[in-house]
Amino acid sequence: MQSGGFPWLTFLILLPLAGAAALFFVKETSVRMVALGVTLADLLLSLPLWWLFDASSSQMQFAENAVWITSPPINYHLGLDGISLPLVLMTTVLMPLCVSISWRSIESRIRSFMAMLLIMEAAMIGVFAALDFVLFYVFWEAMLIPMYLLIGVWGGPNRLYAAIKFFLYTLAGSVLLLVAIIALYFQGGQTFDIVQLSQQTYSPRLQFWLFLAFFAAFAVKVPMFPFHTWLPDAHVEAPTAGSVILASVLLKMGTYGFLRFSLPMLPDASKDFTPMVVTLSIVAIIYGAYMALAQADIKKLIAYSSVSHMGFVTLGLFMFNQQGIEGAVMQMVNHGITTGGLFLCVGIIYERTHSRQIADNVGLTKPMPRYATLLVIFALSSLGLPGTNSFVGEFMVLVGTFMWSKLAAAIASLGIILAAAYILWMVQRVAFGEPLAKFLPKLKDLNQREMVTLIPLVVLVFWIGLFPNPILIRMHASVTQVVARATAPPRESPTSTGRVAPLSNPIQKAHMIQAMEEAARP
Amino acid sequence: MTISAHDLFAILPELLVIFAACAVLALDPITPASKKDGLAWLSLATMAICMGLTAARMSDPTTAFGGLVVIDAYSCFWKLLLYFVTGLTILLSFPYLKEERIYFGEYYGFVLLALSGMMVMVSGADLLTIYLGTELMSLSLYVMAGLKRAEPRSLEASAKYFVLGAFSSGILLYGISLLYGAAGSTQLPAIAAAIAERSLNDPLLLFATILLAVGFSFKLAVVPFHMWTPDVYQGAPTSVTAFMAVASKAASFGAFLRVFVEGLGGVKANWSAIFLLLCIGTLILGNVVALVQTNIKRMLAYSSIAHAGYALIGIVAAGRLDATDSTSAIASVMLYIALYAFMTFGAFAIVAMLRKGGQEGEEIEDYSGLAKRHPIAALLMLIFMVSLAGIPPTAGFIGKFYVFMAAVQAGMSWLAILALVLAAISAYYYLRLVMVMYMREPGEVTATSPRFVPSPALSIVLACAIAGVLFFGLYPNPIVNLATQAALTLK
Repeated sequence: MQSGGFPWLTFLILLPLAGAAALFFVKETSVRMVALGVTLADLLLSLPLWWLFDASSSQMQFAENAVWITSPPINYHLGLDGISLPLVLMTTVLMPLCVSISWRSIESRIRSFMAMLLIMEAAMIGVFAALDFVLFYVFWEAMLIPMYLLIGVWGGPNRLYAAIKFFLYTLAGSVLLLVAIIALYFQGGQTFDIVQLSQQTYSPRLQFWLFLAFFAAFAVKVPMFPFHTWLPDAHVEAPTAGSVILASVLLKMGTYGFLRFSLPMLPDASKDFTPMVVTLSIVAIIYGAYMALAQADIKKLIAYSSVSHMGFVTLGLFMFNQQGIEGAVMQMVNHGITTGGLFLCVGIIYERTHSRQIADNVGLTKPMPRYATLLVIFALSSLGLPGTNSFVGEFMVLVGTFMWSKLAAAIASLGIILAAAYILWMVQRVAFGEPLAKFLPKLKDLNQREMVTLIPLVVLVFWIGLFPNPILIRMHASVTQVVARATAPPRESPTSTGRVAPLSNPIQKAHMIQAMEEAARP
Repeated sequence: MTISAHDLFAILPELLVIFAACAVLALDPITPASKKDGLAWLSLATMAICMGLTAARMSDPTTAFGGLVVIDAYSCFWKLLLYFVTGLTILLSFPYLKEERIYFGEYYGFVLLALSGMMVMVSGADLLTIYLGTELMSLSLYVMAGLKRAEPRSLEASAKYFVLGAFSSGILLYGISLLYGAAGSTQLPAIAAAIAERSLNDPLLLFATILLAVGFSFKLAVVPFHMWTPDVYQGAPTSVTAFMAVASKAASFGAFLRVFVEGLGGVKANWSAIFLLLCIGTLILGNVVALVQTNIKRMLAYSSIAHAGYALIGIVAAGRLDATDSTSAIASVMLYIALYAFMTFGAFAIVAMLRKGGQEGEEIEDYSGLAKRHPIAALLMLIFMVSLAGIPPTAGFIGKFYVFMAAVQAGMSWLAILALVLAAISAYYYLRLVMVMYMREPGEVTATSPRFVPSPALSIVLACAIAGVLFFGLYPNPIVNLATQAALTLK
């Protein structure tokens, strides 16, 4: 991990912030163009990272490290590994689409709206790139206010309730995280550096409490059953761009937290809690799918399907094997693309009919053939059809689960069947049949802007579905390191300050450990 | 004891402030009404000179009057904060007094007198010196609270504040006399030496500690001695409320920390336990009662009570840590109060200038749709509220972070968790104001509908407050170092 070089990540974070400030100095009419330009510039700036990234290394790359607060030592430490790289790129890809989808649908206070989107972008990239725990927490919390305003000011009829519910749930969850971070500081050698904290061993008792504190923060954000109740309200009331950001990026922060902090820092406690997490994940998969079946509101249906899909992600994470975790990371990206696409589709139809009810939006194939085609693609991707992106992730998660417990894998597979049920039923009603006469004049097919908004996601759906290797290669070394760290046998007489030597060659070591495990398996 | 030139030079800032106060009072009757602003400018200039003098003193500590007054980095830290807040108060008073039609030149005289009392409080190393400072501050504040003479609520505030303040001063004095009986001196170093020879369970000492704690708790508005706060904060002119909520609290914390750490450090196990109880009560009551307030000044009053609770966490932690670690805990308290000053003063400044038909728009409902009509005022208020709730990247987060660091270091993670849960609850009432400003439609514009009155002086006040909140939220090093350096001199 070397500092120096071009500060890619700082620019990625500062550019949207500068753009947000610039919005207040441009004409009202050009606000949209400026916001789009800034998000596109951020996307262009992030693309080179994909090729510059050294896939063979599990080290943090593009690292930047500068002293931020001297006492206690808190650093402005940024960096990406194979886990955060896809998530950062997913964020930068989605943001221009969010700006574009809000082009006409947001009419009041467009300046503030775009500024909120840009501030969100900076904070989200910051969360994925932060390598200092306090810095991470600052970005993590800094997102709350813009998101609260996005839901509360530009949201649907019940927005006030949804906004405050979202805010208080996530704030209450992250309260314990702050205490856990401070406790780690005193127990982990007086540092907030995530990489260093991940290389130490903590006493089982401390791990137990820290795990619970982390769990409170991350499980609310994912959200895991039974902490998911804020999600349907927030997703439904948020404006389309807000729903996309919530579903595609914010939910990933919870699972990213598990992967970045809980598993490597608290491996023993994570193992102890695995049965609980797996149970909750499977409950979420089945329960979310059942709830989705019962929804009459398309947005709510997708919201509950998110609960179900995120269950797969948490399930894969706690399998402690390469397939499960890689599948989970894949699924994090896939869910961002697919659910983002579905929310964009709902936003487009809502702009026309001002209704999100399935019963109102029926028979769209005839008046809106292009729209129906894209909707079906995203829907099929959501149910995990082979050839689309979600299949890859869900399949890998299920393989990983199968290696851990055949029963768990069998029950989790039910979720895929249920997904087929609620998605196909929704598609059947929305795409096919006869459109309602009163809405027929409003049902204009996609215009160019909307096509351009959706096409990139369609490309990603098929690219990842057919050729997932570029992503898998990049995350492989990092995931191997997490697996090695999480499955290492409990060390003798763990002391709070005992340092473990950094793994000299993590990949080699991980392979050794995996080989040993496979040999031990009957 | 003879008074030497050295003594007088050491307290030069105090003398200057008192001289300026007398000058303002003397010049007031002979100044024509149109030129009363000149008195405020005179006061502001005094602040600027004192700031220079005290900043220069920071690295050059000294004692005066045979150890009754100490001018060290610790007292300089508080004095700099007090000058700053007093300067903001004077600036805020320009437009506020005009709107309220309070044309008393003595207003600025009382501000300066109160300031001189506060300066004595934070510099005093003798219980009676500190007591004198406290009285000088309180008497000036009693008068200032009642300056809206036409309004019954203001007079009620003044009377209530006076009665309860006098009562608490009595308790404080009683504690001082008991401590004098136990230690044979009122000077803090002598008390510390005497305490070292006595047992921790000495009843006389214990009783004196409790009485001192109660006396200071009144001044700090700590539960259950907070009853005067909401009424006084609501009734007093808002510029005075801001001054009380920030400057008087800062000075009380300054004196309080010195008395308990320097003088009663030997019985820190005792006072740490007392303050733990007070701290928990303050945190819970302050935050929970603030939830149901509909008047913004009362809401901010309860919020300021709650914030005293957060600062107390650092004191409780300091009582449980050994000497080297307790310095950082004390620094966290000083940091908390300093950062609290920026956000609370900023919030009160906006409250003062939201006018409704010649009155203040005090109801939270009056802020409906402020974001549409005055986007900048609403944005500033949003940031102050976010900071009060302790959400990064604002100064409020930094303050809470350091206090919680101290708590966890002292092995009281549970207290940090309790305080953070209450901070999450507090976010509800702070955000309710945000919700009203941003998510409600403004009513019909009529002659009596609430409107925000901008003015150049107010802009300076708000610019200072917001700069503090954002700058120290993003880059707290300067103020952290200053507080740590100041806390080091407190032994």
